[in-house]
Amino acid sequence: MAEPGMYNYQVVRQFAVMTVVWGLVGMLVGVLIAAQLIWPELNINTPWLTYGRLRPLHTNAVIFAFGGSALFATSYYVVQRTCHVRLFSGGLAAFTFWGWQAVIVLAAVTLPLGITSGKEYAELEWPIDVLITLVWVSYAIVFFGTIAKRKTPHIYVANWFFGAFILTVALLHLVNSAALPVTFWKSYSAYAGVQDAMVQWWYGHNAVGFFLTAGFLGMMYYFIPKQAGRPIYSYRLSVVHFWALIFTYMWAGPHHLHYTALPDWTQSLGMVFSLILLAPSWGGMINGIMTLSGAWHKLRTDPILKFLIVSLSFYGMSTFEGPMMSIKTVNALSHYTDWTIGHVHSGALGWVGLVSMGSIYYLIPRLFGRSEMASVRLINLHFWVATVGIVLYIAAMWIAGVMQGLMWRAVSADGTLTYSFVESVKATYPFYAIRLVGGLLFFSGMVIMAWNVWKTIAAGKPQDAPIPAVAHA
Amino acid sequence: MEILYLLVPLSVVLVFLIGAVFWLALKGGQFDDLEAPALRILSDDDLPPETAGRFDLDQKRGAAGRYDEALVGTGKSRGAMDGGTGNV
Repeated sequence: MAEPGMYNYQVVRQFAVMTVVWGLVGMLVGVLIAAQLIWPELNINTPWLTYGRLRPLHTNAVIFAFGGSALFATSYYVVQRTCHVRLFSGGLAAFTFWGWQAVIVLAAVTLPLGITSGKEYAELEWPIDVLITLVWVSYAIVFFGTIAKRKTPHIYVANWFFGAFILTVALLHLVNSAALPVTFWKSYSAYAGVQDAMVQWWYGHNAVGFFLTAGFLGMMYYFIPKQAGRPIYSYRLSVVHFWALIFTYMWAGPHHLHYTALPDWTQSLGMVFSLILLAPSWGGMINGIMTLSGAWHKLRTDPILKFLIVSLSFYGMSTFEGPMMSIKTVNALSHYTDWTIGHVHSGALGWVGLVSMGSIYYLIPRLFGRSEMASVRLINLHFWVATVGIVLYIAAMWIAGVMQGLMWRAVSADGTLTYSFVESVKATYPFYAIRLVGGLLFFSGMVIMAWNVWKTIAAGKPQDAPIPAVAHA
Repeated sequence: MEILYLLVPLSVVLVFLIGAVFWLALKGGQFDDLEAPALRILSDDDLPPETAGRFDLDQKRGAAGRYDEALVGTGKSRGAMDGGTGNV
């Protein structure tokens, strides 16, 4: 099937379909653990169904399985279409697909079994970390190999974002996951105590910056102009956005460790860099949204564009909220509360989720020889169900978070704490219920999407596209 | 905080590396034209051939549906952009 004159859509199709599958799984687990916070009995007295084990399963499934598959699918599609050349090494590309799926399945087995390195967003034990490294190096070879043999002299800006994401995640993974294995399923981190915490959040926040931001910005810079049928508002600004973001990102991590054993100056440094990040983030957001300048009416009729543009407004919201929460005095209130969970989900559901869904809706018909999705109305329904879900989710967590922060710091006239911890938990129940409704709505949107994708694929058939004979100079 | 002896130099090395890549890209002419690349991706028609046909799930959206109009609209601008980038 390896026709030289055709684009490699096979691997794009595989990742695009698995994005939907893992989205369903990851969000279902999310709904389950949200319900467990209201009804703890839902773990049915089974160790591998307890919150502590399912929570990392949820985060790994939505970030690396759903988000990761979306990134693989879109980066492979974009790099081919913008370089006018078939993907470098079909064999390695296939290995990245099967290897990545193996990582996900291993995660889904080991995490519920309680096999974990205990590092947030990097819980997988060392044998799986080795497999991740192999897959990631192959990904880099495929991606940069394709860039190297491109037929167009210019490298489109989306590829710069994808490239930075691939290289940085490789570096982060290698440094943070350095560990000493003691048995096949147990290892100890190469770092200890506060050193380990520093590495962990250097990794953790840069994973947010490069996995969950740079990669998805690559998506944004390709799929918004394509779906809108208009060039990006300012290509010049997109180039500035890229270099400003990667030059300034690396030191935001310490804001996760305010008021801990981390040296004070390191905390302040983290806060300052977090505040600086507001500028490139908003530059990019404005650039994406203004692409529709003069064509706002398209938002009325095109639900895919709704997904993409509203994702940017959530990106703008969470990249404003993040720097604010990194300010130490704000953090003194917000840290360890559900406000953080709300912030993460406004970025994860609103930005990463919506931009991925919009991009996959764009891709699926093109990969299966159709001119549009089976039902455009269902895309619209998905959009509204998901958006209402996000709003319920984050509003509930904001209120719960501020309430918890205020209750924890309240002091009575005699100098004792006004509330015990469990009183703040009790006061949070109604908001957990609202969050569950929001999560259920977001998950239902994903079910609608899965059905729509199923109908589209059933009516179409896998179809590759020819590479244009004459490259645009 | 010995870890900072690793992480801080790593960042400094990275900044210089990023600077070098930026310099190479600049000298290589990547940023000489910051208008045409934005238009060029639009002239790349990635829709499958029309023979694939349309769906009947949305009964009320026939051949004259609003979504079709939007597609025709992009087709027009795509043509205009082809002309625009022809002499780049």
